[in-house]
Amino acid sequence: MADRPLPTIYPETQFYWDGAAEGRLLLNACTSCDGKAYFPPRPFCPTCGSRDVTVIEASGKGRLYSYIINHLPAPGYEPPFTVAVVMLDEGVKMVANILDCPAEPEALVIDMPLEVTFETRGDMKIPQFKPAGGPSA
Amino acid sequence: MSRASIAIVGAAETTRMGKVPELSQTGLHADAALNAMAECGLTPADIDGVATGGHDVAEICQYLGITPTWYDGTSVGGCSFITLVRHAAAAIQTGLCRTVLITHGESGRSNNRNHRPIFPSMQQQEFESIYGPLFPPSRFTLPVMRKMKDDGLTEEQLAMVAVVQREWAAFHPRATMRDPITVDDVLNSKMIAYPFRLMMCCLVSDGGGALILTSADRAKDFATKPVYLRGMGGESAEGPMISQMESFTSSKAFRVSGKQAFDSAGITHSDVDHLMIYDAFAHLPIYGLEDLGFVKPGEGGAFIAEGNTRPGGKLPLNTNGGGLSYMHSGMYGMYALQEGVRQMRGVSPAQVQDAKLSVVHGVGGMFSAAATVVLTTENQW
Ligand SMILES: [Zn+2]
Repeated sequence: MADRPLPTIYPETQFYWDGAAEGRLLLNACTSCDGKAYFPPRPFCPTCGSRDVTVIEASGKGRLYSYIINHLPAPGYEPPFTVAVVMLDEGVKMVANILDCPAEPEALVIDMPLEVTFETRGDMKIPQFKPAGGPSA
Repeated sequence: MSRASIAIVGAAETTRMGKVPELSQTGLHADAALNAMAECGLTPADIDGVATGGHDVAEICQYLGITPTWYDGTSVGGCSFITLVRHAAAAIQTGLCRTVLITHGESGRSNNRNHRPIFPSMQQQEFESIYGPLFPPSRFTLPVMRKMKDDGLTEEQLAMVAVVQREWAAFHPRATMRDPITVDDVLNSKMIAYPFRLMMCCLVSDGGGALILTSADRAKDFATKPVYLRGMGGESAEGPMISQMESFTSSKAFRVSGKQAFDSAGITHSDVDHLMIYDAFAHLPIYGLEDLGFVKPGEGGAFIAEGNTRPGGKLPLNTNGGGLSYMHSGMYGMYALQEGVRQMRGVSPAQVQDAKLSVVHGVGGMFSAAATVVLTTENQW
């Protein structure tokens, strides 16, 4: 997977990728908004503008919110492959591929439960998702 | 009684569209601009305001030999040109300039250019592109499976958007794709990003267009039939990360922009004779009909499938065939405006009889931005 695209990391998002390298999915959350999580990371809350924010570890549980099955080329990928939007139990959406699951409509049921896993890409770990309770990646 | 304050007095597309390998992207801007100036009898010396999107506005000024007192380079994707119509109107009203040229040119097919028109988004690259959706067909379509589950939207209804727009394109000699198609043709076309097939995706073309705006009280000085702005239109933005849309069944930017435009014009939906909704992909007219309030949420797919927007239907929509059949250079908004102007001038090859009011609504990026304007034949209302 080394030739798949790598993220350009900025100071505000370094903690997220450091967490992923340790196998942890980290999110920002806003103290002023009763601990509400948000995504992607930034050092202030996009709902209220407060800088009083923390880093929390997500449960890693979510559900398949939407997806496409991509037949177009992408470096390091074998089309067709799934590009999904996952709704985390913490109430934030993020993009991932669905691993350990055929890229077929029959296997990709909207709202099916998912859990986080981590894909090795070069020196990095990339948060990914797979059907909950399935084999480990 | 309100009087129009701004008129479109010049409107033209490039001399040729589709494949134009003999022109650079800058050349496409200039070809469209020269055509628009010629039809209303102006030269570059008469232009004091210049606006474009996806291209350095100063380069357009220099290439055409214009010294502006006002310019605008808003670049939010394909709706930039619709946005620029309202920005230009505000500039003319406040006296920053008198005669504005808005140009679009894009060598989308021949790629005679040295840069892409839309700024790359940092967060989109860091958190979305790394998962492989590198092209518009696999990004713009991401919310649609959610909408299908929540609203009952079907693949057949998506296919019908392409079928109906092909019916409109058949009227247009300049449309790229004019042969009739069926729902089966669309569903059997090449899979691109399930559930989207090739015929649900826009064309990739070369072309351009230009508009010339001035104050309504000067419109009589021109030989062209003036098309007036009614109200000041609307615009909004939600951002380039499509995964972060507040709702996957509705575009917040569409709703905010559309409501501004309708409120500013003082119109209701029954006043609208003709409608253009930017269709880079087949789901966009469905979102647009719902988010502009022409139908209730979740009813857009059925509304199109039932024939309401086809030739002879009660709401003529995308009468040039749209980005799916007419042409799509990459930033299609200018062509939606051009067809709105043709309909108000009464000269569209797919002319809607007695049409007096046209709404033109566009998207920028992948549900990133939106803009809406209301065009009319009437100088007071
Ligand atoms: Zn907050």
